Amino acid sequence: MNNRVVITGLGVVAPNGTGIAAFSEAIKKGRSGIRYDEQLAALKFSCQIAGMPEVPVTLQQQYFEELELKQLSSSGIIYGVIAGMQAWADAGLPLTGDTPDWDSGTIFGAGSSGVDKFREAIYKVDDLQVRRLGSTAVTQTMASGISAFLGGKLGLGNQVTTNSSACTTGAESVLLAYERIKYGYAKRMLAGSTADSGPYIWGGFDAMKVSTFKHNEQPEAGSRPMSATASGIVPGSGAGALLLESLDSALERGAVIYAEVLGGNINSGGQRNGGSMTAPNPAAVQRCIVAALQQAGVQPGDIDLVNGHLTATGKDAEEIANWCTALQRKGKDFPYINALKSMVGHCLSASGSIELVAVALQLKEGFVSPNINCEDLHPDIQALVDRERIPEQLLYKDINLVAKASFGFGDVNACIILQKYLQP
Amino acid sequence: MDKETFIEQLREIVRPYAKNQEALATIDLSTDFIKDLKINSANLVDVILDVEEKYDIVIQNEEMERMLDVQAAFDIVQTKLSEK
Repeated sequence: MNNRVVITGLGVVAPNGTGIAAFSEAIKKGRSGIRYDEQLAALKFSCQIAGMPEVPVTLQQQYFEELELKQLSSSGIIYGVIAGMQAWADAGLPLTGDTPDWDSGTIFGAGSSGVDKFREAIYKVDDLQVRRLGSTAVTQTMASGISAFLGGKLGLGNQVTTNSSACTTGAESVLLAYERIKYGYAKRMLAGSTADSGPYIWGGFDAMKVSTFKHNEQPEAGSRPMSATASGIVPGSGAGALLLESLDSALERGAVIYAEVLGGNINSGGQRNGGSMTAPNPAAVQRCIVAALQQAGVQPGDIDLVNGHLTATGKDAEEIANWCTALQRKGKDFPYINALKSMVGHCLSASGSIELVAVALQLKEGFVSPNINCEDLHPDIQALVDRERIPEQLLYKDINLVAKASFGFGDVNACIILQKYLQP
Repeated sequence: MDKETFIEQLREIVRPYAKNQEALATIDLSTDFIKDLKINSANLVDVILDVEEKYDIVIQNEEMERMLDVQAAFDIVQTKLSEK
């Protein structure tokens, strides 16, 4: 089996827009979703700004039963279910009746699950009140909580699982789903990933000093990938979802196709040669990109747009250098660059899937979204890539091939190649 | 507490959990939580926690096991309240 795989549905819950229409408008306008966070300030965080999506109760009521909402305190499950069900509906797929849809499954990733629910449970257990945990402490805090919720709501009868690989999670979920369809084990897979919000997720990053503490007064200018004044990540959260489907199934259904997934690669630097728990081995990053191109059958010179990991730490210049080496392109010859985190912050386990939703929109509609907060481009990046390849304004332009990479703690990497699909 | 008052109060407690809202309108002492009201068995512990909260009582494991219908719930709550 060697099925072609396409994207036929998108859903997103991002700090700068919930739903495809709002998100698409936000990324075209270069709108930041980073806000001052009073809770982080009250808790004496160094970084008091964050990217938190808006999910009003009226929106939640469209996706959850009253009983579910009564007990729900896992923000990651709220974001993931909304994004996932949006993607399902966007693909024009029905909600099944009594029979599971044996041909559809989900690989929906998460970095952790239900940390606020877990906190409630811990307080009760320590207070000798284990009997008062209620019936949902397990389902909201198990790592696979998000895929279990989606599987039930959509009646999925194929594989239902959650992957977890830190900030590579979202990109990895799409590649795992792609492989499952390519080899004929499923016709449709809902891929994506989610990340909880809040101080109990972000505190560890604050303690590691990887979050910026220099922009509490100017939240929207805080996430500065590729900037000379980049000073750390702005923590974010949310979920992105992509409905992957065999080309045959999509054509049979007459579905709208956003883009084709040509292939990709997942690897690890083994925490060797400069790689560590928290830093990537450059050779592994380059190898991942090169292998992704080979697997997709694409020449480096044909890539039109690079959607980077680009987190706004001191590592951005090194990432660009890795892209230059892997693609053997630099200066004016380098592809356009997207640094979506400039608008949404670092959405951690959700970052890859939210960024892939942005890529699919750019391929479908033919534009390059602007990069904000890099007016003072880092000199090391300026030396590698021509300024014009890092647009600060929206460009309407036909994009054919995109390389998207994500890197994560544990020295793990993923790179995906997406192509525009010309629909007859 | 009389039977009618208890049933009225219990109706409100189980309302969010009952999948069969029609049966909820006509509950009496013989109503079974799972068979008649179609409450998910996993949610029975939530019903019991809500009952405990409403009447400020603590229901033991053995009592939980047999609290499967309105009659059992009524008996258990009556006993607990009389012990207070």
